[in-house]
Amino acid sequence: MPTTAPPAHALADVTASDSTLRRFLHGLPGVDAVGLEARAASLGTRSIKTTAKAYAIDLAISMVDLTTLEGADTPGKVRALGAKAVHPDPTDRTAPTTAAVCVYPDMVAVAKEAVAGSGVKVASVATAFPAGRAALDVKLADVRDAVAAGADEIDMVIDRGAFLAGKYLKVYDEIVAVKEACGTSARLKVIFETGELSTYDNIRRASWLGMIAGADFIKTSTGKVAVNATPANTLLMLEAVRDFRAQTGIQVGVKPAGGIRTTKDAIKFLVLVNETAGQDWLDNHWFRFGASSLLNDLLMQRQKLATGRYSGPDYVTVD
Amino acid sequence: MSDRLSVFKTYKLYVGGKFPRSESGRVYEVTDAKDNWLANAPLSSRKDARDAVVAARKAFGGWSGATAYNRGQVLYRVAEMLEGRREQFVREVAQAEGLSKSKAAAVVDAAIDRWVWYAGWTDKIAQVTGGANPVAGPFFNLSSPEPTGVVAVLAPQDSSFLGLVSVLAPVIATGNTAVVIASEKAPLPALSLAEVLATSDVPGGVVNILSGRTAEIATPLAAHQDVNAIDLAGADEELAKELEIAAADNLKRVLRPRPVDFTETPGTERLTAFLETKTVWHTTGALGAAGSSY
Amino acid sequence: MASAPAFEYAPAPESRSVVDIAPSYGLFIDGEFTDATGGKVFKTVSPSTEEVLSEVAEASAEDVDRAVKAARKAFEKWSALPGAERAKYLFRIARIIQERSRELAVLETLDNGKPIKETRDADLPLVAAHFFYYAGWADKLGHAGFGAEPRPLGVAGQVIPWNFPLLMLAWKIAPALATGNTVVLKPAETTPLSALFFADICRQAGLPKGVVNIVTGDGRTGAALVAHPDVNKVAFTGSTAVGKAIARTVAGTRKKLTLELGGKGANIVFDDAPIDQAVEGIVNGIFFNQGQVCCAGSRLLVQESVQDELLDALKRRLSTLRLGDPLDKNTDIGAINSAEQLARITALADAGEAEGAERWSPACELPGAGYWFAPTLFTNVTQAHTIAREEIFGPVLSVLSFRTPDEAVAKANNTQYGLSAGIWSEKGSRILAVASKLRAGVVWSNTFNKFDPTSPFGGYKESGFGREGGRHGLEAYLDV
Repeated sequence: MPTTAPPAHALADVTASDSTLRRFLHGLPGVDAVGLEARAASLGTRSIKTTAKAYAIDLAISMVDLTTLEGADTPGKVRALGAKAVHPDPTDRTAPTTAAVCVYPDMVAVAKEAVAGSGVKVASVATAFPAGRAALDVKLADVRDAVAAGADEIDMVIDRGAFLAGKYLKVYDEIVAVKEACGTSARLKVIFETGELSTYDNIRRASWLGMIAGADFIKTSTGKVAVNATPANTLLMLEAVRDFRAQTGIQVGVKPAGGIRTTKDAIKFLVLVNETAGQDWLDNHWFRFGASSLLNDLLMQRQKLATGRYSGPDYVTVD
Repeated sequence: MSDRLSVFKTYKLYVGGKFPRSESGRVYEVTDAKDNWLANAPLSSRKDARDAVVAARKAFGGWSGATAYNRGQVLYRVAEMLEGRREQFVREVAQAEGLSKSKAAAVVDAAIDRWVWYAGWTDKIAQVTGGANPVAGPFFNLSSPEPTGVVAVLAPQDSSFLGLVSVLAPVIATGNTAVVIASEKAPLPALSLAEVLATSDVPGGVVNILSGRTAEIATPLAAHQDVNAIDLAGADEELAKELEIAAADNLKRVLRPRPVDFTETPGTERLTAFLETKTVWHTTGALGAAGSSY
Repeated sequence: MASAPAFEYAPAPESRSVVDIAPSYGLFIDGEFTDATGGKVFKTVSPSTEEVLSEVAEASAEDVDRAVKAARKAFEKWSALPGAERAKYLFRIARIIQERSRELAVLETLDNGKPIKETRDADLPLVAAHFFYYAGWADKLGHAGFGAEPRPLGVAGQVIPWNFPLLMLAWKIAPALATGNTVVLKPAETTPLSALFFADICRQAGLPKGVVNIVTGDGRTGAALVAHPDVNKVAFTGSTAVGKAIARTVAGTRKKLTLELGGKGANIVFDDAPIDQAVEGIVNGIFFNQGQVCCAGSRLLVQESVQDELLDALKRRLSTLRLGDPLDKNTDIGAINSAEQLARITALADAGEAEGAERWSPACELPGAGYWFAPTLFTNVTQAHTIAREEIFGPVLSVLSFRTPDEAVAKANNTQYGLSAGIWSEKGSRILAVASKLRAGVVWSNTFNKFDPTSPFGGYKESGFGREGGRHGLEAYLDV
């Protein structure tokens, strides 16, 4: 499976100008909302039991970007989060680690220390998260700051205002600049804030725009608006990464974020991955859940599968 | 003043907007109610029936694709033209059906009015028979009537003019094209109606009129694979059964004969008998991708 | 990249224990189960395992006569009942179906072979909805556009197919009863059980005896029913060949006839289609119920400029279809209904290959027992190929291409059938223009195989005549 590709990939020329970019993005196949949602709902009826459920739960745990993005975050809270990412279930050391902890830039160093040596990554939101309303140099400084503090991954937000105004090249240039600021050490997740893009056609266009600009991951949302990850918008993004790889050879990851709280929900997303992008994406290098409370539910379900008893909130750690 | 010798009319078929003689080269004698010779009418053959179907099929695309408003205007034009030739039709109907002049006049008036009635239906029947269906899902769903296609019409045997108009007008009002077999013993009003149709903006081939032996012409029409429907108004019980069996070969829509008082204002039965219902579903969904959140 | 173990779905079978199938069933006549005269029986098997599920009485002409007499006797009172009272019986039936829907879904899956996902999510909800819809018409017939007091016809003889056994029963019985008719219904020979369970639902609903009669048997039983002189209405869903035979049988009588027959639906994909949804629509169009659907989108007409892209996507998607135990909740493709049907599908697919079309199926292991056919796609198909003309009634898709909308419409209409069609395009005016030119009774744009009790369904040309569903569906059962 190709994971690397020449930088000047098959689509490099579509970014020659605002108009070529617009023509390309508007030439992508349209999305029929009813059909998309029906497909997502239909995959949601898959019945995942016993061994498949055990597999899915561990996979989901390993895909969690354990997140705290509050004004009230403290180093203590971030350290606790890091400890939980490394040992999600204090009673069962066989539970896999989460993929990453996700924090604001000023907490990167604390987080880095907390997960040191565990393989758990530190992701940081940057670029004036969550609204993205700042000048480009401010956003880039934000990114460089987080990378300098040791962030393995940067979760940036796109300029939705520019996108909705059709200034696609501006959005593209900004992603390219952020990617450059990430250097070679940090992977870039590009957040579209799908709830603000309003239409599925826009989500498809944003996905391709992000991928062409060099995103390592495309991510639904910040978790800070009313509508975050949904099965339908995640399905749509999975189709985009699947088609992008077919066309360019470059594999891009997907991260639904916000609103995924239960094991049942998480498994539905994994079914979407399995039956849309396929097996190659069933790995935390290519798929993540941006979530906080999800992990505890996964752990309780995991305990239930192991012991046959239903678990309770007192048997998982509260952060 | 010496008596002037009148000029007889040679009655011809009406096929594809033209007035051919029968391909068979044969005619049969048409008499009035008292057995006096009136004219020789063409004796249509199977080949004439086939030609008529070809003409009707050719005309179907244009006529069914015309706007309902346009079809209404054309049907109204038929009424206008008939009104102008009222005296001729009164005379022909009186002779054909053995009616007094005043009774024949009432029949012709009713026939003219029937064209007007159906002219008004062309752009309303879709609203009466179609409509939106409130399906339980994110779909716009609309049913609308469409013409069946080529309809073979066995005109009533007794009511040679009013009956004919009453079965023909609804067929073409909805956009079908017709192959009409005129009343066997009284075909002349039908053949004269062809002359009116030809001068009334009815496109050639929309109505085709054949005279001759009803059973002989109807049999190949009932079996014809490119005829979509058949109105058996002019068939007796035995013939109707035979034709209905033949019509099953390509599942023609069959309107069975039943007693009709043609002087009464009709219902919509003859309009809907040759309509198909098409239901189109289209996805709607929400305006945006907001959807439900978890 | 680390290679993770595959995400294999563990078996997730629906429990069979919710349904209790008796070892044998009689005919349901005049409110009672009774043996066939002469005591003839036949077996019904589960198509996915060939296990015998039950033995069912085979109705003779004499039994059909008994059933018609019972329906005739019941007609007088049933038709005289106030519409509001008839409505309440139908509402009761709708509710009982909802209550027993799990049981009926499992039963239908066992007897028919279709996936539980479909019986649970499509068949049963639609069955209940159909009764609920027509229940509401029973006391409003004067507002339906058929005159102030439209009268029922009398006894309806109804013959239904095996592809949607209970749903086709609902499509027949609900409007018939709502309009005041009584019925004698013959379910298909290979799927009699859900109709017999429906008899029990009639009992639970307290439906007066004789209003619904169920006679099981094969084609001979059906022939006796449609030929019975005291039947006033014949409704048939099934093959075009049998439909024609029935039309000949009722010729020259006063029996009102509606026929819902075969199809060779075109699913037309334009180059501006929403491709991912089109792929889903194509799959749903031809693989729903193993393609054993009269309105299946069995001909894919794809615009040349997107043909390769679409076929790649379609093949990739077909590779994710899960074929197997119909009771497993994750099964997408179940069993073919009978050995006879499997033989027909096999023969037609072989003809496609022999005539030079290119055959493709995803890697797919077929179970050893039962009747199975892998999802199959034929490319390089032309209008002249048998598989482009004949109804296969199986999971076999014929792919043809076109260059212009005119050509698409001409090819779509170039068939003796006219039941369904699909259009995929993001351009509204094109959809409306093409929809108006298609000679088909149901046109789905940017969707396929959607059904609703309010939506009239039925064909043009040799796909039959009359409509089922909606206000239109009342006409078939009224003396108008």
